[in-house]
Amino acid sequence: MTAQEVWVLVEHRQQRVADITFELLGLGREVAQALQAPLKAVLLGHQARDLASALGAADAVLYMDHPALTEVTPEAYARALKPLLQERRPRLMVIGLTNFTLGLGPYLACELQWPFVNFCKGMHVEDGSVVITCLLYGGKMEAEVELPAEPGLIGVMPGASPADKGRDERFPLVEEVLSPPGLEQQAVQFLRYIQPEAADVDITTQEVLVSVGRGIQNQENIALAEELAQALGGAVCASRPVIDQGWLPLSRQVGKSGMTVKPKLYLALGISGAPEHVEGMKNAGLIIAINTDLRAPIFNVAHYGIVADVLEVLPALIEAIRGKKGG
Amino acid sequence: MNTLVLLRMVPDLVEELEVDASSKALDRQWLRLVLNEVDDHALEEALLLKERHGGSVTVLALDAPEVDDALYAAAAKGADRVVKITHSLDGVGTWTLAQLLAQVVSAFSYDLILTGVQAVDDLDGVLAPMLAARLCLPYLGPVTAVRADPAARTATVERELAGGIKGEYRLPLPCVLGIQAAEKPLRYVTVSRVRQMMKTTHIEKMPAPKVATDSPVTVRRLYKPEVAGRAEMLEGTPQEVAQKLVAILAERGVL
Repeated sequence: MTAQEVWVLVEHRQQRVADITFELLGLGREVAQALQAPLKAVLLGHQARDLASALGAADAVLYMDHPALTEVTPEAYARALKPLLQERRPRLMVIGLTNFTLGLGPYLACELQWPFVNFCKGMHVEDGSVVITCLLYGGKMEAEVELPAEPGLIGVMPGASPADKGRDERFPLVEEVLSPPGLEQQAVQFLRYIQPEAADVDITTQEVLVSVGRGIQNQENIALAEELAQALGGAVCASRPVIDQGWLPLSRQVGKSGMTVKPKLYLALGISGAPEHVEGMKNAGLIIAINTDLRAPIFNVAHYGIVADVLEVLPALIEAIRGKKGG
Repeated sequence: MNTLVLLRMVPDLVEELEVDASSKALDRQWLRLVLNEVDDHALEEALLLKERHGGSVTVLALDAPEVDDALYAAAAKGADRVVKITHSLDGVGTWTLAQLLAQVVSAFSYDLILTGVQAVDDLDGVLAPMLAARLCLPYLGPVTAVRADPAARTATVERELAGGIKGEYRLPLPCVLGIQAAEKPLRYVTVSRVRQMMKTTHIEKMPAPKVATDSPVTVRRLYKPEVAGRAEMLEGTPQEVAQKLVAILAERGVL
């Protein structure tokens, strides 16, 4: 028998609940309401019980304490969650699609043989069925997917719902659940955190960012972006492919794995706007995008867009800015 | 170190994507497929491991248009064996693919399985962790560096977290890793070298085992996203759009 409960996996680090959790709680609450079901937060960790106080948006918190759960690894989390899910069979378990939990949903779904829907950007209930909207093909397509009326797992993209909707001052009921035996014998061992190397430029504090993507074509052309950044009094940053090519250091990467930036002006040059990139820059004050592809998803988050080759527009733009400043 | 690398062909996002008559899948008739970029990084990481520790790199790819080119390119880069898994499952989902590959890899001896951390066409999952679960092997991703200790039967990997911070982890071999980026930029092979490989490389063929293809989820429809809050588009010559941009920046007080 499936319990009509909606569960949200809590993501936390360094004694703080991550924003994604509040986003999931907000989204989970809407679905729970439509299903007339309780919303529960699932908190795994070690000496992390106090974090439950931040989870008032949930009707209850299921807390499991074990040293093996100090850091998130798909294997340890899956081993901890599997018996709990099998025993209580919630209608839904919602997991954030961050780098910490990216592999957990699929791993768990396979272990449990439960359905799993990934890359969810929204969900609603229709005649008792849970319907999920997924973002696919780098944001160029959406799919509407229906889960069977059995327990299921959902991987939700960051930004699917505002975090504020999942914050509540109430103190939730905490239920401690026992960890399964043998949890300490996990294969994946966490060794240490590797902090980013001291950056020449801290892109998170810049008011103007000139961001380059694949459309910049080669390393030499980055000099053009530097020139523009200089004319605007800002710095150059980049999307993933430019960093992977080794054209700019990792400290300049904007997006899921890199930095989250919030400048006054963000110029996206030759960036398609894959969800992983958009996650890191969508809150910039003014977003201007230049890309050759009219259908590039970056134009959906930009305030102004230009369909053009960045290499043609860049010199003209540098000249126009210098002209304006000189005048 | 014997490494298996799994390659997938995915739709080229530079091209226009169209939905087929069923409204549930992409129209594959004119679809141009390219190698999943992160899978290429997985291959690069495998080749770097081979350079450090010896051993072999075996590349497995599911049959798809253009897949031979990807396999010849892999051979040109240094893969020892290239294997095409022939099948008749059009548009097979990750759920099924994981089942299928779990059976296929049992025919090989390996210390590590590497593949891209995700693919743009994943709907019902992400392949690497699904495969790991099927094989009862440990999994970690998104990985950006792998150091192996073949004698101790372990791998030490770097996993990307957030804000530029990484985590270092140790896993026993064999394991499955979802690669996000190789430690070095991808190696380049010339077209002439790939052509040469076409003459000398034998692509092994392996029939895919029969597996249940039912994904437990139902796709109701696939569609192009409605564009909300679309950018105001500026048009004109490069000089004209540059002037328009300057005016906007001046108005917003950025200039």
